[in-house]
Amino acid sequence: MIEGQPFFQLDWVLDHLDTLAQRIGEHLLVTVIAVVVGFVISFALALLVRRYPRLYPPILAVSGVLYAIPSIALFVLFIPITGLSLLTAEIALVSYTLVILVRNIVTGLRGVPAEVIEAARGMGYTDGQRLWRIELPIALPIIVAGVRIATVTTIGLVTIATLIGMGGLGYLVVNIGVRQRFPTATITGVVIVVLLSTIVDVGLQAFQRRLTPWAKAREA
Amino acid sequence: MTSSAAVVRLEHVSKRYGPEGGPEAVSDLSLEIPAGEICVLVGPSGCGKTTTMKMINRLIEPTSGRITIDGEDVMALPAVELRRRIGYVIQQVGLFPHLTVAENVAVVPRLLRWPESRVHERTNELLDLVRLQPSTYADRYPAALSGGERQRVGVARALAADPPLMLMDEPFGAVDPILRDRLQNEFLRLQAQVRKTIVFVTHDVDEAIKMADRIAILQRGGILAQYDTPDSILKAPASEFVAHFVGADRGLKRLSLGRVRDLELGKPITARVGEPRGDLRRRLEEAAADFILLLDEKDRPLGWIDRGDLGGDDAVTVDDATPGSPTLEPESTLRDALSVMLGSSVQLGVVVDSDERVLGVISVDAISEVLRTPTSRPA
Repeated sequence: MIEGQPFFQLDWVLDHLDTLAQRIGEHLLVTVIAVVVGFVISFALALLVRRYPRLYPPILAVSGVLYAIPSIALFVLFIPITGLSLLTAEIALVSYTLVILVRNIVTGLRGVPAEVIEAARGMGYTDGQRLWRIELPIALPIIVAGVRIATVTTIGLVTIATLIGMGGLGYLVVNIGVRQRFPTATITGVVIVVLLSTIVDVGLQAFQRRLTPWAKAREA
Repeated sequence: MTSSAAVVRLEHVSKRYGPEGGPEAVSDLSLEIPAGEICVLVGPSGCGKTTTMKMINRLIEPTSGRITIDGEDVMALPAVELRRRIGYVIQQVGLFPHLTVAENVAVVPRLLRWPESRVHERTNELLDLVRLQPSTYADRYPAALSGGERQRVGVARALAADPPLMLMDEPFGAVDPILRDRLQNEFLRLQAQVRKTIVFVTHDVDEAIKMADRIAILQRGGILAQYDTPDSILKAPASEFVAHFVGADRGLKRLSLGRVRDLELGKPITARVGEPRGDLRRRLEEAAADFILLLDEKDRPLGWIDRGDLGGDDAVTVDDATPGSPTLEPESTLRDALSVMLGSSVQLGVVVDSDERVLGVISVDAISEVLRTPTSRPA
C-alpha cells in the first residue's frame, strides 16, 4: 500500500465500472466453459458407470487424484504443452469439476428407488426411455447440487488462472491489487467473486426447484 | 368399460439361475389360467412364485418351456412391447415421484402413443374407478398421498391401457392389516367390473384364499404342489405339505369362503312388544323351543327372551329381552357368523336385511353341516 493513500477508494471503483464489467465477463466465460465441458465429460462417464458399475472405483480414483493436485501446479504442468492459453486454464479447471460432477450424477442415478426402476421396466420402458424420463429427472436435485458446487469452486479457481494470463477478476486481485499495492482493487475483486458465487449458487438452486416441483411435495 | 381377458398357459416352464445341472428356481411348471380369473401363486419364500410371475412379462426369462398369452408365445414379441400389454403392480407400488397422479396413470398409454385427448379421458375414468376424485387427485404428486391412495394409483396405472392380463406381486403386502382388508375388498369389487385375468403373488395363505378363483401352491424349488379352487384345496389338500401350508385351521378357513346367503335360513319363533306372556309360553311349547325373538313394530330384532323368564301373564316389554349379539347380513362370511353365534347365549345368528328387518336365523348346526358337505365357492 502506498503511503497516505486511503485503504479503499470508492472513486476508483466508480471510474472503472466498464473494466469491472469486462473482467466479470471474462471470469464467467472461463467458468461456464469449464463447467459445461466438465459436465459433458462427467455425464458420459456416469452413463458408463451406470452400464458397467465396475468402472466406478477407477474413475473416482483418477478424478480424485486430479482434484488433489494443487491448482497452480496443474497450470504450470501444462504450460510447456499448451502454453499460456485458455486451453491450459480449462484443462485444469475441467479436471477439478470431474470428481464432483461424476460423483453427484452417479449418486443421483443410484438413488432412484429400486421399486421405481422395477415398475418402469415392468411397464415397458426401453432402457433409454427409463434413463431420460425416469432416472435423470429423479436424480436431478442431486445432479444440480453437484453443478452448484462445481460452479462455485470453479469461480474461485478462475481467480488463480490470472497467474497464467487469463484475465478475469483475478487480474484485479493479483495484478493490480497485489503487484501494484493497490488494496482497493483486491477488495473489489474479492467482493465481486464472492457475490458472483453466491448469485450463481442461489440462481442454480432456484432453477432446480422450478424443475422439480415434486421434491417440494415430499418435504411438505 | 370395455374389457377383455386373456388365457395364460405355462408349459413345462423351468428357470435355473446357476449353471446347468444346478438347482432350479422353478421346475417343470405347467399351469393354465382361465380368462378373467384371479390365479394366486402362493408358497413359502424360495418357492419361485415371484420368478414364475416375472417370467410371464419376461422380467425374468425362462430357461426352458413355453409361456403363451391367448396362444401367443411371449418370446415372439419384443419384451418392451409385451410388457406394455400386461398390467404390473408391485408391493412398493413404485409410483414415479416426479410425475403427478394423472401422469403416473397415463404412463403406458403415452408409451403406446395414444392421442392426448384419449389419454386424458382414460386417466379420469381410471381415477374414478379406483375411487380417487380426479379433480382432487389428478395433479398431486405421490409424496402427498397416503399408503392406500398410492396403492390405488398403482392399480389404476396398471389398468390404464386396458391390458387383458395383470401381474400383481404382493400388491397389498406393505400396508397395515386393516387397510389391506379394505384394499382387497375394493380390488375384488373392481375385478368384478373389469374381469381381467390376474396373476397374483402372495406368501399369505389367508390372502390367497380370499382373493383367488384358483390357487397354485408352490413348494421350494418351484414345484407345483396343488392347483385348484380355494375350497377344494381346503377341503382336500393334495399332500402333507399343502395341508401344513394352509394350516390346521383349514376347516375354519373354508368358512370364510361361504356366505350367510348360501345357507337356508331358519324361521325363529317371534313375539312383539305388548303381547301377553302366556301366549308366548304357549308358542314356545308348541315349537319345543327355549328362546323367543322379540321384534319391534318394523320387524327389527330387539333381543331374545328365555322361556324361564316368561312367568305371569302381563304384556312383554323391551326390558324383558336380552339385548342381542350383533346381527348378521346375507353377505357376512360364515366365519364371522360362527364367531357371532359363539358369543350369543342362544347359539343362533339373526340375519337381517339392509333395513334391519329380520330375514331369519342360522344355527351352529347349519354351519357345521356346511363343513361336512362340500359347497362350491359362491360366485
